[in-house]
Amino acid sequence: MNIVEVHNLSKAFELHILSDKRINALHRINMNIAEGEIIGLTGKSGSGKSSLMKCLYRTYLASSGEIRYASRAGVVDLVTAGDHEIIELRRAEIRYCSQFLSVIPRVSAIDVVCEILFRTERNKDAARTRAKEMLENLHMPTGLWDAYPVTFSGGEQQRINVARAILSKPRLLLIDEPTASLDTRTKDVVIDLIRDLKKNGTSVLCISHDEYTLDRLADRRLHLQSGEITGHPADLSSGQMAEITQLN
Amino acid sequence: MSHIDNSWLLRVRNLTKIYGEPNDRTLALTGPEVNSNICPETESIVACAGVSFDLYPGEVLGIVGESGSGKSTVVKLLYFDIEKTAGAAWLKPYAGGHADILEASGQQKRFIRNHLMGTVYQNPRDGLNFSFSSGGNIAEKLIMAGHMNVGNIRERASFLLDKTEVPVRRLDDPPAVFSGGMQQRVQIAKAIANNPPLLFLDEVTTGLDVSVQAKVLDLIRELQQELGIAMIVVSHDLSVIRMLTDRTLVMKNGRVVESGLTDQILQDPQHAYSQLLVSSLL
Repeated sequence: MNIVEVHNLSKAFELHILSDKRINALHRINMNIAEGEIIGLTGKSGSGKSSLMKCLYRTYLASSGEIRYASRAGVVDLVTAGDHEIIELRRAEIRYCSQFLSVIPRVSAIDVVCEILFRTERNKDAARTRAKEMLENLHMPTGLWDAYPVTFSGGEQQRINVARAILSKPRLLLIDEPTASLDTRTKDVVIDLIRDLKKNGTSVLCISHDEYTLDRLADRRLHLQSGEITGHPADLSSGQMAEITQLN
Repeated sequence: MSHIDNSWLLRVRNLTKIYGEPNDRTLALTGPEVNSNICPETESIVACAGVSFDLYPGEVLGIVGESGSGKSTVVKLLYFDIEKTAGAAWLKPYAGGHADILEASGQQKRFIRNHLMGTVYQNPRDGLNFSFSSGGNIAEKLIMAGHMNVGNIRERASFLLDKTEVPVRRLDDPPAVFSGGMQQRVQIAKAIANNPPLLFLDEVTTGLDVSVQAKVLDLIRELQQELGIAMIVVSHDLSVIRMLTDRTLVMKNGRVVESGLTDQILQDPQHAYSQLLVSSLL
């Protein structure tokens, strides 16, 4: 069964403050994500990977097309659903994990991670223990747990993001470059954690430029070029593949 | 997911406030299209017009816009600080959400203010009585809501000051001798004294320096998460809106020009004015 079915999705930005300049980001995208499937989304910078992901999360409003999402309560079109419906889905089912941590002033790393658990976990000590285990798993230095993430390095902030995403156990995980600034040892941990989610039925759309991660994680890949899906790399000839790899 | 449609806490429709004597063309002759909220024929001022939204329990809604856009007017109308020109509002815990709170009697409005709402103003002098002690300010709100036992009131006031990180030993000091950040936290303590389901926050961090601002924002977030209070946050500061809110209304010249999920407003603003606002963010 497909959890997501995207039909003819297009996105253009109209910049009214720049004499209505139009920037086309996505053009008639069609794709599906099956339940429990991990899709690797590839393409060079500016090809529309993040735009597609943000349309799915409704951070971007699609210009046309449909995103049919099979929620627990029935099928919803994420393009036209009401804001409150989207808020409810984000709370209960769909999680977006960006490359960048949007930090909250004066909240420690451990509390940023716990915040996700407090929504469902009444026992605060139990939540803290689980958050600590997760940070330990991800090789976060214990000295940083009580520190404010605003001063963290990119890789450290990323791990906070990944920890939050994994602990929220979403039905659909949209994850942008989860391993980009990590060493191989920590990459392996993140890959294993995402695979564990998959075992429990989570579907994943994962943007990555990293062959190592894609090889180990993706069931299937989709490649974007200038806002269009150009094919599944598995179906491409070696010549086309070489061209795409170069572009990356 | 139709069950969502009826689970609102506060429903507002066509909320309108006009100062002066408007004629039947006033609304057509004002607004963001003409970049003015002053009627050229009558010189009446459209502070806000046609504002409609639903607020859900525990939801935080932001209202953003420049000075004079009408964002504070919306909150003042809903807190009965000023009288509406037109429109209606329903609050679920009041008459099951079937009676327009803006048409309630003076006595009923006092009941709603004391039991079902709290407000925190930009200027602590608007929300606090500076001749009372800080404990006395909180007690005032509790007494208005029918609490009579002095021991219980003192206990609750201490609890609230502790919660808002105001040293409890300063319970008997008047807010006049406090710093701006502390005054603001006493105001928040007073506003939440009766566990209202709805809290209005009008530019509460404006004028505070950044470290104090962070502390106040942190407190608001914590209260929201712990107590599940629904909030309307009025601010001209997009960082405050980003940090606190789920959904945002963008106002200009008294009208809502765009509404949406806060991350959508910030990353994919649709209206020219929202685009200008977001592109001006430092």
